[in-house]
Amino acid sequence: MLRFALTRILMSVPTLLIVSVSVFALIRLIPGDPASLMLGDLATPASIADLQARLGLDQSLPVQFGIWFGNLLKGDLGQSINSQQAVLPLILQRFWISAQIVLVAVALASLVAVPAGVLAAWKQDTSLDLSLVAVATLLLSIPTFWLGLLLLLFFGLKLEWLPVVGYVSIAESPLAGILYLIMPIMTLFLHEIGVILRMARASTLEVLRLDYITHARAKGLTEGAVLWNHAFKNAFGPTWTLIGLVLGNLLGGIAVVETVFTIPGLGRLLVDSIFARDYPVIQGCMLFVAFTYVLVNLVIDLCYPIFDPRVTAQ
Amino acid sequence: MRLPAPNALVGGTLIGFLVVVAAVSSVWTPYDPLRLSFRAKLAAPSGMHWLGTDEFGRDVLSRLMAGAATSVWISLLTVALAVSLGTVIGLFSGYVRGWVDRTIMAFNDALLAFPGILLALGLLAVVGANKYGIILALGIAYAPSVARIVRGTVLSLREREFISASRVMGNSEGFTMLRHILPNCIAPLTVLATSMFGWVLLAESSLSFLGLGVPPPAPTWGNMLAGSRPYIGQAVWLGIFPGLAISLTLLGINLLGDALRDKLDPRMRGAR
Repeated sequence: MLRFALTRILMSVPTLLIVSVSVFALIRLIPGDPASLMLGDLATPASIADLQARLGLDQSLPVQFGIWFGNLLKGDLGQSINSQQAVLPLILQRFWISAQIVLVAVALASLVAVPAGVLAAWKQDTSLDLSLVAVATLLLSIPTFWLGLLLLLFFGLKLEWLPVVGYVSIAESPLAGILYLIMPIMTLFLHEIGVILRMARASTLEVLRLDYITHARAKGLTEGAVLWNHAFKNAFGPTWTLIGLVLGNLLGGIAVVETVFTIPGLGRLLVDSIFARDYPVIQGCMLFVAFTYVLVNLVIDLCYPIFDPRVTAQ
Repeated sequence: MRLPAPNALVGGTLIGFLVVVAAVSSVWTPYDPLRLSFRAKLAAPSGMHWLGTDEFGRDVLSRLMAGAATSVWISLLTVALAVSLGTVIGLFSGYVRGWVDRTIMAFNDALLAFPGILLALGLLAVVGANKYGIILALGIAYAPSVARIVRGTVLSLREREFISASRVMGNSEGFTMLRHILPNCIAPLTVLATSMFGWVLLAESSLSFLGLGVPPPAPTWGNMLAGSRPYIGQAVWLGIFPGLAISLTLLGINLLGDALRDKLDPRMRGAR
């Protein structure tokens, strides 16, 4: 188990390194002097020269990368051009806002969609299965920004149950904070039900066709025991991996939902920085989301042996 | 002959309809999708404007039709770019093997470590937000998944008898690749390209919705939805129809993709 964990952790090091190289290279692809790009319109010749020296721009590219990477390891992602704030605290502050939405939505969606998917597979080709799959495919096909807009129209403007735009921190005012988060969470929740249900159904179906299930049934086990003790454990693997991918993808794509509900999350920070050409923040956001994505998948993989001990055996 | 599966039928109809609308819109739309008419501002759906008009009095139906053409073109070009780029990289990598292959694939997998839309956003910051920027950014962002599948197929086929036979017959490596290995990649690539068309269409609409896509006044479904946001209380139709168009298209793609996968992916055979 320890060996499995260590190998898996070491395997993600090269990925993180190459992710860093790619993000570093991406910003260097922009024509122009990186120091003037980083400082924006407010730059003075003195501040440009200062930053040039700090970034080591008179040195070779590998040395520049070394300096940049060294700063990255110290948690120094530079300064925002617009707000002059340090990039990492800015990102972290926005990240918690997005993370609470994404985590709650995916957790709720998994709780509903996994049992529903197993149920659909168990009742394959019945009208129950067909309607579950139809609903899932429909939910999957509605883009989150439109779903959000529809919810806003219905619960916000028609029924006036929920506040329409804005955000209040839960720490400041718990009740209002929750009210503002209901619609964004519901949007992602509904969409991800579609994704996760289909996966849970497909992987359960694949397992239910195997011989050991027939054997378990022939032994005279009840259907419930066959399903939960035998089929589910094996079928859950692919779904579990998918949940990890969904978490990461949502973090990358949450900007649209945050735009619908005007929530100051990480996605909105990235998009606003692209508009403002705030390159240090763009770079920081991309690194942060990609690193989080890799780490989430790492944690997901490390949890794998809990329900499938075979993975540690290799 | 058996009837086609219901999901193929519904999906095919939806996508067929989209393609027809996109084609028709390039020669005819009920109104000029860009013509402003301040007298007909925010008019509800009626006999004159079937789907109503927007805040500038532009005909929503005409704009939806023109937006369909834009979306279809961008998605097709992007998928073509991603598939050709990925195929070349995958074929090359699987062909040379060794450390070159490992290096290429390490980079490829690291790019897969970015959620697709995030990589596209980063590339858009570099290439600029416009039609060609989107095609380039999304094409590059989705190429790694193609490269992965092609390389996998190449590696699994390389040692098979019919490939050795082609070599023994004196065919060059390049000829063997193109004549015998590439055709075997077509089935998995078709499945991937179909879903990718959906991902790209969604990504393009999302980017347009964020204001990073095709710039207004040119209509896309995404920027129409974004534009509807301030008026949604008084003019519900502005928020309904573009979203419906995107959803129905994605539904069509998803159903078609399911049908294709059932047919082409042998692992799914019999599983339905």
